[in-house]
Amino acid sequence: MSAEVLRKRKGEILISIPPILWLVIFFVIPTFLVIAMAFRSADPYGGIGQEWTLDTIKSLGNPDYPVIIWRTIWLSVLSTAVCILASIPAGYYIARLNKKYQDILLLFIIVPFWINFLIRIFAWKVFLHPEGFFKEALVALKIAAPDTLLLYNTGAVLVVIVYSYLPFALLPIYAAAEKFNFHLLEAAYDLGAGRLQAFVRVFLPGIKQGIITAIVVVFIPALGSYVIPDIVGGTQAEMIGNKIAQRTFIDRNLPHASALSTILALAIIIPSAVALTMRFFKEKNSTSLRLR
Amino acid sequence: MKKRSRFPFYVTVAILVFFYLPIIIVFMQSFNASRFGGAWKGFTLQWYYRLFADKNIWHALSNTLVIAFGSTFVSIILGTMAAFALYRYKTKLQITHNILIYLPLVIPDILMGISLLLFFVSLRIELSLFTILLSHITFCMSYVAMVVLARFQDFDYSTFEAALDLGATWWIAVKRVLVPYLGPGIAAGGLLAFTLSLDDFVITFFVAGPDSTTLPLYIYSMMRHGSPSVINALSVLMVIFTFIVVFISKKLMEVKE
Repeated sequence: MSAEVLRKRKGEILISIPPILWLVIFFVIPTFLVIAMAFRSADPYGGIGQEWTLDTIKSLGNPDYPVIIWRTIWLSVLSTAVCILASIPAGYYIARLNKKYQDILLLFIIVPFWINFLIRIFAWKVFLHPEGFFKEALVALKIAAPDTLLLYNTGAVLVVIVYSYLPFALLPIYAAAEKFNFHLLEAAYDLGAGRLQAFVRVFLPGIKQGIITAIVVVFIPALGSYVIPDIVGGTQAEMIGNKIAQRTFIDRNLPHASALSTILALAIIIPSAVALTMRFFKEKNSTSLRLR
Repeated sequence: MKKRSRFPFYVTVAILVFFYLPIIIVFMQSFNASRFGGAWKGFTLQWYYRLFADKNIWHALSNTLVIAFGSTFVSIILGTMAAFALYRYKTKLQITHNILIYLPLVIPDILMGISLLLFFVSLRIELSLFTILLSHITFCMSYVAMVVLARFQDFDYSTFEAALDLGATWWIAVKRVLVPYLGPGIAAGGLLAFTLSLDDFVITFFVAGPDSTTLPLYIYSMMRHGSPSVINALSVLMVIFTFIVVFISKKLMEVKE
């Protein structure tokens, strides 16, 4: 028996080592390097100083940063909320169609997102262009004044973040709704619930897991947005991602870029690691229960 | 039976309009003679001619394809090994492994980009196509692992053990039992890795060297300095290409079923 266990252990190590080693070298070490680099000073030639210091961290008190960090957070929260609020009714609608129409509609939703990411953002730049059709239509309908600027503001960034990540919210919510037993809604009606009450108290709890997944997959990339504010945002709508890129490419101040990245990383890594560990244990317990 | 609300239907229609409107505008503008994409000044194909005359694009495209094929190949191998380990063993090591595989999926691109840049700079590795390749493998392998792991969920491991009991060597059992079963999962994971590699801009932007322009990097520099109308034309071609790929893969799946 122990020889058997030992052989299994050897097999496990052999098959696990290559992927684990790869991720340790190219993911874990670089991530810790970012954190370590935040405690180094920058030399004026774009290199990294030798001594350890807290000056880089302290320089984050720079009055520009709190504004940008705050903007990053509220833009991410708001765009996540919009994505979720739009996905719930749409996921509900699609899940109630018959299977054939569901597949067609899903294809229509996914296909635009197989187009290159940059090109999709660029399409918005064309669409919101000051001399574009959309602007002219708004002016003709007297919705916008001729000098309104649709581009280069936080509104444009919000719209394009929603555009980019809406399918990531829609798909898990649809997947959860598709498994939902709609007879439960009928039951709620029979028991005297109104349409809204049944929706909020029966349907929403039923698709909870889908909503949680949707929040995670929209909120995290939204926090790390860089290309979207870079192209449609301008200086009025910069986010943390823009600052990281500017410190890296324009000033070549890698320690400073690292300090900003550390803030972003810690905000994401700690809660996700905790959640994943809990889920793994939960799954493990449920499988072992089933085996018994 | 209550009458269903029309509201979900309207939201769905609004979302579809929202998704397609900008793309339709780009299509129209790519044939517009007006240089800055303003009002309609007549039909033209000149942006397409200009696009085909640009040699840099073809060079960038070949770089992109080399990286996409290379990173797909390596990430299929690493990702499938990871999925096998996560499926087969439930040990402490695999808890760590599971977190390691998941984290690259949730971390924003920009963090992965800057961490890899610092890593290469610290080791004094010169930025080139090779550093892009290493970076792409790193984010692609987790996606492959996840897709293959999903396929594993319905796999009955006793069929694999039966093959071993019946005298197959471990390698033969892998080749004849495991790989055919996992085939569709590996293909789907590989296709995902390939498209992610083709599409990546942010990570590539951080780890690219002076001579390693990929197509997304080139598109970005065109967006900054080039003519918007030429990008419109390029966008249309890429959209058409995407639709053809989607159509073909859909047909292939139908034949298989």
